[in-house]
Amino acid sequence: MKQHLILHVIAKIMIPFIMVFALYVQFHGDYGPGGGFQAGVIFGAGFILYGIVLGKEATMKIVPPPLVYTTAALGVLLYTGVGVAGMFLGGEFLNYSVLSADSVAGQHLGILLIEFGVGMTVASVMIILFLSFADYRQPESENTN
Amino acid sequence: MIAIELVVNFTLLGFLLVTALYISQTNRLFRAVMLFGIYSLLTASLFVALDAVDVAFTEAAVGTCIATILMLSALSLTGSRKEVRFRRKNATFAVCVSIALGVALAIGIMDMPQFADPNAPANLHVAPYYLQDSYSEIGIPNVVTSVLASYRGYDTLGEVVVIFTAGIGVIALLTARTSKPKED
Repeated sequence: MKQHLILHVIAKIMIPFIMVFALYVQFHGDYGPGGGFQAGVIFGAGFILYGIVLGKEATMKIVPPPLVYTTAALGVLLYTGVGVAGMFLGGEFLNYSVLSADSVAGQHLGILLIEFGVGMTVASVMIILFLSFADYRQPESENTN
Repeated sequence: MIAIELVVNFTLLGFLLVTALYISQTNRLFRAVMLFGIYSLLTASLFVALDAVDVAFTEAAVGTCIATILMLSALSLTGSRKEVRFRRKNATFAVCVSIALGVALAIGIMDMPQFADPNAPANLHVAPYYLQDSYSEIGIPNVVTSVLASYRGYDTLGEVVVIFTAGIGVIALLTARTSKPKED
């Protein structure tokens, strides 16, 4: 779609705002509607818009597949890591109260971290889904029919 | 106030019905995909009308945006721009089943508690505890976030693992095959 100048320009203007909105949804989820899931989807949608307008090769330069695979796994690891950290600090699995001296502050920290993990995994998986579909070529042997 | 809510609800449900009927009638897959996006957006609006903003947010982001894009990607991969032919042999039987199911559901709905009924079983179990004590325990104004992330943290971990597994599945199914033709 590189020949569509208007789409090209509008997408480039829109994408930073989409990213900032995703970060707002991510870190404002404690106070308003939102959270890691929604923020991850919106963040991924920014990259997907880039991929639709500028092509999958350009997107793969910004987000190489190995990087996205890693962040997808890192998000789950961060979530479980926070849970295990609670166990090491004397609480149960996923008990955030022990993460800090103050129980409420610990809950805050734990929720912030696990929401960030959720956002990372969801955004990465959305990009993976889009790139895998966009990159898919049918094998030659099956294409003869 | 109640009259406005009724008008909004009936308008949205009416649009939903029209969209659903149109989806069932159309034989173009592209049209069906776009209409599914509209259907999902209408559902999100209904969730807003029901004061479930977090769910509405998710529905708008996932159902309207990502699902439509993925369906369009799948359409462009399969090249299915042709019209689809329906086999309408058992249409009367299907209609009878649908009507019977609809009547059964309508009868079932009569037994459900009213919307936002404070004495509904769902509002008597743990909901009062979350609403009253979550702020002093977690310190977060959005109760939905404290329930999802802290009280039900284990469930959310499961959901994240499900999404991660779906991503791995897509990588395994689609990405591995693309490298094979290059070797030949």
